[in-house]
Amino acid sequence: MSELILARIQFASTTVFHFFFVPLSIGLAFIVALMETLYVVKKQEIYKKMSKFWGKFFLINFAVGVVTGIIQEFQFGMNWSDYSRFVGDVFGPPLAIEALLAFFLESTFIGLWIFGWNRLPKKIHLLSIWLVSFGTAISALWIMAANSFMQNPVGYTIQNGRAEMNDFLGVLTNEKLLVAYPHTIFASLTTAAFLVGGISAWNLLKKRHVDFFKRSAVIALIIGFVSSLGVAFSGHTQAQYLVKEQPMKMAAAEALWDDSGDPAAWTVIAGIDTDNKENTFQWDIPYALSFLSYGKFSGEVKGMNTIQQEYEQLYGEGNYIPPVKTTFWSFRIMVAAGVLMILLSLIGLILNWKQKLPTSTRFLKWMIPAIFLPYIANTFGWIMSEIGRQPWVVNGLMLTAEGVSPSVSSGQILFSLIAFSLIYTILAIVMIFLFVKVNKQGPYAPDTEDANVADPFSTGRVG
Amino acid sequence: MELSELWFVLIGVLFVGFVFLEGFDFGVGMATKFLAKNNMERRVLINTIGPFWDANEVWLLTAGGAMFAAFPHWYATLFSGYYLAFVLLLLALIARGVAFEYRGKHDNPNWFKTWDWAIFLGSILPPFLLGVLFTGLIKGLPINADMEMNASFFGDLVNVYTVIGGIVFVMLVYLHGLMFISLKTDGDLRERARKVAQKMYLATGLGVVVFIASTAMYTEAFADRGAILIPVYGVAVVLYLFLYPLLKNKKEGLSFTMTGLILILVTASFFVVLFPNVMISSVDPSYSISLYDAASGAYSLKVMTIVAGIFVPIVLAYTVWSYYVFRKRVTNKEHLEY
Repeated sequence: MSELILARIQFASTTVFHFFFVPLSIGLAFIVALMETLYVVKKQEIYKKMSKFWGKFFLINFAVGVVTGIIQEFQFGMNWSDYSRFVGDVFGPPLAIEALLAFFLESTFIGLWIFGWNRLPKKIHLLSIWLVSFGTAISALWIMAANSFMQNPVGYTIQNGRAEMNDFLGVLTNEKLLVAYPHTIFASLTTAAFLVGGISAWNLLKKRHVDFFKRSAVIALIIGFVSSLGVAFSGHTQAQYLVKEQPMKMAAAEALWDDSGDPAAWTVIAGIDTDNKENTFQWDIPYALSFLSYGKFSGEVKGMNTIQQEYEQLYGEGNYIPPVKTTFWSFRIMVAAGVLMILLSLIGLILNWKQKLPTSTRFLKWMIPAIFLPYIANTFGWIMSEIGRQPWVVNGLMLTAEGVSPSVSSGQILFSLIAFSLIYTILAIVMIFLFVKVNKQGPYAPDTEDANVADPFSTGRVG
Repeated sequence: MELSELWFVLIGVLFVGFVFLEGFDFGVGMATKFLAKNNMERRVLINTIGPFWDANEVWLLTAGGAMFAAFPHWYATLFSGYYLAFVLLLLALIARGVAFEYRGKHDNPNWFKTWDWAIFLGSILPPFLLGVLFTGLIKGLPINADMEMNASFFGDLVNVYTVIGGIVFVMLVYLHGLMFISLKTDGDLRERARKVAQKMYLATGLGVVVFIASTAMYTEAFADRGAILIPVYGVAVVLYLFLYPLLKNKKEGLSFTMTGLILILVTASFFVVLFPNVMISSVDPSYSISLYDAASGAYSLKVMTIVAGIFVPIVLAYTVWSYYVFRKRVTNKEHLEY
């Protein structure tokens, strides 16, 4: 296989894997901080138990998120050195600033939070977890600022054969960032809400610690409902933005080969024939694409063939159509998962309002596999976003094929790809094992460490 | 001073800070195999660095990020050229980071054993790789006219000099870790850490001498930068001589300061030799990449200087505060988080 293909597989796999953990870290830090706030304000022991119990999931997840993030920081230079040379001037500063502003904050205050339960005053301890939560959120802001530059380059000028930054505020107020960042933060909250909701549901089904898990479930359902609606609205705004600024991606996401005509119909599903650049069949909803794109029942949306011609004028010969099937179906899977999340959290809230939540067996059973819904949506959302940008690595400026490291051989990439995939698989298995274990122990399990205090000379047995 | 020069110094400072801080927690990681006798001692050791190791690692991430931002060509050439070294470094840091967090979360001897190996290898491999990398940088590497480095594994990357560099770095870091342990634990562990340091003293000192001699033999460092390098190495050697009486007299704080200063000087010496280059070409001196060739534009550097000027003091303040919060010695008589 070529270096390019291998480097792309590696980037895709390391990024997708990293992004299993990031949203949960962002969302769960917030939820744990919220629970600890309830503890400090209401002074009820149950909320301390809650922040400790859900905090364990947070820490197990956070550890993997942190270490897989190091790869993100290094792999641009390792696999994409020509890309790094070309964009470093604009793309590097957000990454450096992310490390300085976010990574130090997260890592220092997570240490203070873990080890500080008995050493710090309550309010300072609470402040620590809020700073961690804030750190995870601004970390996302900077990396999204960098990614937004790849989607919609702004705030730069081409000089010395590369992109050089000339407007830092421009980079930070990139319209793409303004629509994508809230989408990502809401998605993160949803991810954590459905994990807390799903685990609580499992325990409620088993009638374990009903009070504890009912309260947890309600917090999760409220956050889940609000944030899944937030995901939908911010997603809608983002799609309207794409129609305007990245029309090729949106046309591919809709499998729209030719101009839609006015008004534009929305294709629910289609049989896509990329060779003949047409759909073998499609189910349409009239007017809907006009409405989704422009908020009114009229307006034409450009098709891929038209945009391809425009791009050939602009950028010269070449195929500027991204992999249509992947973009189209990723989009639909993401949206379907998102709709299910809104419905589930709404049903849960209604059941709770009717005081039937702990006994609604069927609903609780749905909530367990629903843990995976946000993961599905997150992953396919990113696949749509990144695949839909192809063949560009920086939209309109640099092709993905031009970015790869010339001095790295396919053998080296293959080695690292296998090594990283292996360690990722192990980490995923271990993490799930620990999640299951912490859940089984439950929130009222005695700390293993406390047993230790009673027997300071215990050596082998105690963990 | 131009901003590009300032950023060269800042990146040097970030690496120096990383080696000083993560240096002792790498050392502690090594000590979990070499010094600790049982599970409880291993736990005490891990807990001495529990609140700190993650933030210490961020110094490396920030150095990498700052390199990307301030010197894209340096970042691109170095990270793609040292591909395998960085893959190994990443694997080591991944295994180590997860190990600290996961080790205590399940009660099973095999579980401990596995994570203990991850901690040990994850702590000994990175300083070795960094030593190999730094010495390689000052020895010179096959950089071509396109700023690309096509290095052979044996010869360019791994050779007598760079292996010496790696081993000496590991020894110094271990010594530094032992000093940290003597500062942060109590009782038997504290005593043993100091005794092992005393036993290692001669061998490590010899290592330092061999390292300096081979720097003279295998590199142009003295010819190019002797005027600064000789005093830097000289002070490091003098400090090393002071270390022994301090160890003997149980001056733990001062001993830790000495090993820290020595690591700082050795790490800084690499940047002293490199300046004003960031990559030295062994093919043709005109292919060497200077910091001016590698730098970002004036605007980016200015933006980053302002951001760093505001936030570095804040970061330093809460870092110092967190060390103050956890200033107590760690013993097995109290609650151990990990």
